[in-house]
Amino acid sequence: MLKRVHFPSSPLPYLLVAPQLAITLVFFIWPASQAMYQSFLIEDAFGLGSEFVWFENFQVLWGDQHYLDAFWRTGIFSLLVAALSMGVALILAGFAQRVVRGAMVYRTLLIWPYAVAPVLAGALWVFMFNPTLGIFPYFLDFVGIDWNHYLNGNQAMALVILAAAWKQVAYNFLFYLAAMQSIPNSVIEAAAIDGAGPGRRFFSIILPLISPTTFFLLVINMVYAFFETFGIIHAVTQGGPGTSTTILVYKVFNDGFVGLDLGGSAAQSVILMVLVIAMTVVQFRYVERKVEY
Amino acid sequence: MAEIKLTDLTKSYGPTEVLHHVEGEISDGEFIVIVGPSGCGKSTLLRMVAGLETVTSGEIAIAGRRVNELEPSARDIAMVFQNYALYPHMSVRENMAYGLKIRKLSKAEINRRVEEAADILEIRQYLDRKPRQLSGGQRQRVAMGRAIVRDPQVFLFDEPLSNLDAKLRVQMRLEIRKLQQRLGVTSIYVTHDQVEAMTLGDRLMVLNGGYVEQFGTPIELYDRPASVFVAGFIGSPAMNFLPASIEAEALILSTGVQLAAPQVSADLAQNSAVLLGVRPEHLVPDEIGPIVIDVDMVEQLGANTLLHGKLSGSQHEIVASVPGHVAAEPGSKHSFSAAPELLHLFDPKTEKRLET
Repeated sequence: MLKRVHFPSSPLPYLLVAPQLAITLVFFIWPASQAMYQSFLIEDAFGLGSEFVWFENFQVLWGDQHYLDAFWRTGIFSLLVAALSMGVALILAGFAQRVVRGAMVYRTLLIWPYAVAPVLAGALWVFMFNPTLGIFPYFLDFVGIDWNHYLNGNQAMALVILAAAWKQVAYNFLFYLAAMQSIPNSVIEAAAIDGAGPGRRFFSIILPLISPTTFFLLVINMVYAFFETFGIIHAVTQGGPGTSTTILVYKVFNDGFVGLDLGGSAAQSVILMVLVIAMTVVQFRYVERKVEY
Repeated sequence: MAEIKLTDLTKSYGPTEVLHHVEGEISDGEFIVIVGPSGCGKSTLLRMVAGLETVTSGEIAIAGRRVNELEPSARDIAMVFQNYALYPHMSVRENMAYGLKIRKLSKAEINRRVEEAADILEIRQYLDRKPRQLSGGQRQRVAMGRAIVRDPQVFLFDEPLSNLDAKLRVQMRLEIRKLQQRLGVTSIYVTHDQVEAMTLGDRLMVLNGGYVEQFGTPIELYDRPASVFVAGFIGSPAMNFLPASIEAEALILSTGVQLAAPQVSADLAQNSAVLLGVRPEHLVPDEIGPIVIDVDMVEQLGANTLLHGKLSGSQHEIVASVPGHVAAEPGSKHSFSAAPELLHLFDPKTEKRLET
């Protein structure tokens, strides 16, 4: 029989966790519950009073074509951001592993973009792609592309995807590089002796072996594209032209702080909250358990 | 027909030379063991043959063809790694078929070869398992299976048994030997274990600090070690070394004891200092023997008894291995004699064998 060990109860452990609990309560639980509460209210036009309406705000959202469009747009946006940044990071990591000379410099340079603030990253891309001043529209003109992301919604979308993906490449690169370095060298050498060239080794050995990392990064990048690209979009397009780059977080901001529809905005943020919780659950369930290979 | 020829092979990492002018010829179907302590360059040499390390200078030829610049895949070799290096995401069958698929063999041919190899290695029932579901010994077999399905000209083994427990190691050692004899494929096997080397190899290449100390059959190495290093490395327990000098055809130990000297070449100057080597198992108990040991420790191994001690009247460690059980107390004295033809003489400066 195992006897359970009893420690004398003491207030010390509670004291030690108190700061963390306080931070969670003040900065996470309280705002979240405020948002929840707010989402059940409708403000009057002058902000003088509000009415408790249960789920009316949510019902309105489901009927709102603009909102459904934003949902769809966010899906495409986040998938493309994830695919682009992970793809580029994977290629760079593959090369970084083969680099012998100057590996440190190469790796350090690749990690830099991660340290750039989102708004700055956005500003950078705005300058580069400015239809009248930018260098890229000048080059694109040669191949017959008339670049103006202030007018063309698809081009605006492409630009924010590019900027958002660029920012995330460094993060993905680090994880991919670590994953590749954790593959025993002898496995790669065995494949080389078995006759596999570099390309074949990459696709048949390395890629399957880093699949847990790919899955982890997919979730992380989706979450990133959903929530952390606000700064980039705000700096590059402000959600425009029209609503063509208005993704869900940007719509929350726009409806709430510009449109002053506080209840509707709160309802949207509650939906976003549910989404991120769902993604986190997926991540914990599958990533922590490791992808089967 | 795959003979391997190493000509003046050198390997440097930057300014550091780790292999110095290695020479060796391996004939077709021969089983060569490269043996030496860690860091002697044996794995580097093997990896150079495999094409996983570049050659700094010299030449490697397999079946008469210079392979220095060839990719590992173009050398027609198969290698078994120390950690097995199985592809963790593939089943045993896929692991073994990987190299064959790359060579675009037909499905039927691949299946036939994989199953044949699986039968030889008795791993047929594991074909659909993943490597992590196998024990160490089974993984070892899969790694060998992956090598033999390819039907290569040369097998390379990089300490394949060092991750197994002692009993399994002995068993796999025998199986590797039998398999190699059956397939008749030229093989190079790297190990630091001298027993493994002695039992497996047709010939042994003893490496020390990047130099080939000796390249010969196990018996040659045991009977006529070319240097102090080989003499001490081959045989267990290791050979005893005692300083001595030669005077008038007699061997005088540092304690003044006189031994019958082995045949010494005439040009070996009188009164010159030598290093005497004698194996523990060649010390024969003899009441009136000249070699007296002050025993300070006794190891009973059952089949024989090891007497550790000091040469009487000196501080030189000496071990004698006596067959059967010997009642010996620490602190007692035991006398031994040794046949002159079983004594080895080395030059104390160059540590090379003095031809006798």
